[in-house]
Amino acid sequence: MVWEIVEGIISAFRLIASGDPTVLGITLRSIQISGLATILAAMWSLPLGLIISLKMFTGKRVVKGVFNAALGVPTVALGLFLYLLLSRAGPFGIFELMFSTTAITIGQSILITPIMVSFTTSAMESVDPEIKDLAETLGASEAQASMSVFKEALGGVVLAVIASFNRAISELGVALMLGGNIRGLTRVLTTTIALETTRGEIVLGIAMTIILVMVVFALSLTVNLLQKGRA
Amino acid sequence: MNLVKLENIWKIYDGITALEDISLEIRHGETFATMGPSGSGKTTLLKIMAALDEATKGVVYYDGGKVDKNLRDYVRSKSTMVFQKTVLFNTTVYKNVAYGLKIRHYSGSDIKRRVKETLSLMNIERYEEKPAKKLSGGEQQRVSLARALVLEPELLLLDEPTANLDLANATKIEEIIKSIKGETTIVLATHNLFQARRLSDRIALIINGSVVEQGPSEELFRNPRNEKTKDFINGKTVF
Repeated sequence: MVWEIVEGIISAFRLIASGDPTVLGITLRSIQISGLATILAAMWSLPLGLIISLKMFTGKRVVKGVFNAALGVPTVALGLFLYLLLSRAGPFGIFELMFSTTAITIGQSILITPIMVSFTTSAMESVDPEIKDLAETLGASEAQASMSVFKEALGGVVLAVIASFNRAISELGVALMLGGNIRGLTRVLTTTIALETTRGEIVLGIAMTIILVMVVFALSLTVNLLQKGRA
Repeated sequence: MNLVKLENIWKIYDGITALEDISLEIRHGETFATMGPSGSGKTTLLKIMAALDEATKGVVYYDGGKVDKNLRDYVRSKSTMVFQKTVLFNTTVYKNVAYGLKIRHYSGSDIKRRVKETLSLMNIERYEEKPAKKLSGGEQQRVSLARALVLEPELLLLDEPTANLDLANATKIEEIIKSIKGETTIVLATHNLFQARRLSDRIALIINGSVVEQGPSEELFRNPRNEKTKDFINGKTVF
């Protein structure tokens, strides 16, 4: 069994090194879908995190609690919920988004919203509360002062974005239920791993797993190095 | 003419009264000390003067104008506050000092000239490109002061500027404050009565959120009228 795994890893590296067009296509599609989902989620999650952390409003603790609780939502549950919304009989069926990369992108962006909001809020709240007062006493407007706090929290905010991307590219439920794992169209790394493993194609499954791990590590490492360079 | 006038200021946080019916007048060009033990409400008072906080009751006038939401940005553009706890942006000394000038849209060459002049005045020009947070406590406080002075504010609010410093650094900061006395209006919050006497023209003694006594510094120290002032000057507990 151990030898089979080692053989699988060696074969997997051979497959990766050969630049197999199928493997390459699935990898690029995964990065594209999850990258877009991360950008999309960032458009509302970062401002939301900024508002939740800096503004005082009634129900602030409840809002934070809801986002924190949503961190643990099972991807299959979210996938099923969105399936019901996007399927032909559902309220958004007219858009005919089911089994498309767009559907996966939307699903993943919703999935990672709580991660991005909670981590951003936490990063912003860890900044010295007097930074905002400081910026304002130096002449900054409310918006400029908020941006100064955001800059101070940038390391944590970047971490929130990276963690969100990693969650998106690693999830299976949404990609499988909304994408349908259609070869050459909606097949991504995680759905390929699940499919090939159940079919007994362990080598391909391991290859895809190694690629997935490499993508996640490479991104985290690059951002880490960039941040160290900036410090 | 008064630069700042506080009329019957009250500040209540969650049912706790931090300031109680405070009325003060700060004159153009003077150095005014709000003196009192820790927790007496000095910081809250300075934040209200800096338009960083709002009074629960009462009126603040700046240069004759009633400070409300419309005048808040104007007050912030004319005044600046240095906090008791040194607060620095996570960047270089130069960028920390240049922050306010950038916000106020000064030209690049003007920013460079003014920052360099101020760093030189503070004797920290050699740290220009160093991360501000890597400096010693005294040097960090000088960066804070430089960041305020570079703006040449009409009103400079200093909250316990030497509270966390050793004697050598505290003396340096006091020398800098003395060097700008008269050029700008200074309001100093301090629990150190010797410092208040050394630096200020007039003093208000604040205890438990109320002004106990106010007047010219020397007069207040030589002939205190209030029993609590006498006790505070003599080092007795005044809570």
